[in-house]
Amino acid sequence: MASFHSLYSQIQIHGPHDEGLPVKGHESPRLITPVLNRWLGKIGDPQIGPTYLGFCGIASLICGFIAIEIIGLNFWASVHWNPVAFIEGMAWHRLDPPEAKWGFSPFVPLAEGGWWIWAGFFLTASILLWWCRMYLRAKALGMSTHVAWAFASAIFLYLSIGFIRPMLLGSWHEAPPFGIIPHLNWTASLSVLYGNFYYNPFHCFSIVFLYGSVLLFAMHGGTILAVSRFGGERETEEIVDRGTAAERGALFWRWTIGFNATFESVHRWAYWFAILTTFAGAIGILLTGTVVDNWYLWGVKWGLAPEYPATYPDMTLPPEIAEQVRSIADASSHSAVGNPPPEMVPPAPEAAQ
Amino acid sequence: MSMLSFERKYRVAGGGLIGGELFDFWVGPFYVGFFGVTTAVFATLGTALIIYGAAIGPTWNIWQIDIAPPSIEYGLGVAPLREGGLWQIITICAIGAFVSWALRQVEIARKLGMGFHIPIAFAFAIFAYLSLEVFRPIMLGAWGHAFPYGIFTHLDWVSNVGYQGLHFHYNPAHMLAVTCFFGTTLMLAMHGGVILSAVNPPKGEVVKHGQHENQYFRDTIAYSIGPLGIHRLGWFAAINAGFWSAICILISGPFWVSGWPYFYDWYLQLPFWNNMGLGGLG
Repeated sequence: MASFHSLYSQIQIHGPHDEGLPVKGHESPRLITPVLNRWLGKIGDPQIGPTYLGFCGIASLICGFIAIEIIGLNFWASVHWNPVAFIEGMAWHRLDPPEAKWGFSPFVPLAEGGWWIWAGFFLTASILLWWCRMYLRAKALGMSTHVAWAFASAIFLYLSIGFIRPMLLGSWHEAPPFGIIPHLNWTASLSVLYGNFYYNPFHCFSIVFLYGSVLLFAMHGGTILAVSRFGGERETEEIVDRGTAAERGALFWRWTIGFNATFESVHRWAYWFAILTTFAGAIGILLTGTVVDNWYLWGVKWGLAPEYPATYPDMTLPPEIAEQVRSIADASSHSAVGNPPPEMVPPAPEAAQ
Repeated sequence: MSMLSFERKYRVAGGGLIGGELFDFWVGPFYVGFFGVTTAVFATLGTALIIYGAAIGPTWNIWQIDIAPPSIEYGLGVAPLREGGLWQIITICAIGAFVSWALRQVEIARKLGMGFHIPIAFAFAIFAYLSLEVFRPIMLGAWGHAFPYGIFTHLDWVSNVGYQGLHFHYNPAHMLAVTCFFGTTLMLAMHGGVILSAVNPPKGEVVKHGQHENQYFRDTIAYSIGPLGIHRLGWFAAINAGFWSAICILISGPFWVSGWPYFYDWYLQLPFWNNMGLGGLG
């Protein structure tokens, strides 16, 4: 490490605490007496706290606690309150949304998905209150609210998956379950049920921005670390008063790729790449099952994918099975439910698009 | 013309790894150097071969152009151009271009008196590429196990190979990689956001610096890692996203052949709870 560290890029400095900027008269006092941690100091700032809770913070923590309690107690109840089975299956336990027959009704018996609705309600309340806190603390410190709006993009994806899309399709059953492996299963199933998300262009965009964000952080983090011997981590100072660190960082990329950002504009690239990851993902989710039923067939239609030859061209369904399939397809086309329960035979191919 | 106002004094000789003064010059904004020349040669040849492959292929549709590796029958041998040989030469060109690019970054970093953090990070991306296209096919015994060069055909490959493992989300290294991808993006949003919000304050407020950035994250999440720490953490997490992506595909096939959901059987069959007669998960 270089020997130069400014006051605010302290690592492993063990001296008086930074007590923090004074709070204004109407604000709550900060909590937690600051502590210095030697292990944190090996990477970054060793000081933990003080922190600010205030109304939004306390309300958010309470709502989050209630949500986790509902989810955890449902997990435990699902194994008949056996403590060993509860721990064994921690990754597999699930709390499912209501069945399709309940539609989007908010009044569902607790044991049939009502608990899922309540857990979702409190989790959403907790997240929205946390958003308020990110917004209000920026305001209180005289800063702009960029972080809160980036967070809002992530919340938009969360709400699109768990609330807006189920609402558009008129069924809670479209929403994912709570649970570690169950929500991964839901993700894989959703992709396959709707013709493979790889052909969903907004899924493509989302992944481009996700990988792009990681690439950007590798490039940006690497650049700053590589010029930290010139004090490059003091980015805001270099933005308002450019020094040799910013000049060398810029020239590295100019000489490498023929283009450079500035110390300020690289953060705009970063900010928008990260925001668009979740925003594009949300659009892709909202279009699925509402506007597009099968992303592979959509891809064929627009020339993204070749049409594969029919695998079993000569196969004909026995008449009684064909009749059954037709009647189910007719029935499902009259109801607004987007997603047939698993025991139903999928509609005939010509009805799929 | 293409020089920034402060650039001239930085354009000094030296720093090159090889080639001495021969290639120590700039073309427009680009630094050339020995590895700039090798990059250009490999990249041009590879791109030309991709275009040639498209020309002898069935389509000019940009989404469907496909340069496939040799079929499995060729094993690790050399294939005729039209049957995967093109893919083999293009892969050599790609590796040559990527490695040249990393070494060119080293030369530029040396010239500017910077650390080597950028080429080190890029090396992990190259490792991930080599894992997919070289190491894993070698371990499986055929170039046919590599992914094809095509916009949607490489996505088809990812989808198909994923489902060969039945459900790739259960791959523990894949879980780690995805966590690093999402975590890096989250931290990028937080870091980009806080810098922009500090230097672009609301009307009537002065520009803020490290003290306010620290205060914002201490107030909201009880800890601020600080301006140096965030770049260490972001750089480290980004590298790990690439590294665990490489590991997750390297172990799929060569080291784990059942479906990934079965990977956890050892856990569910631990004697502690397996002998308790719980009757499996409810």
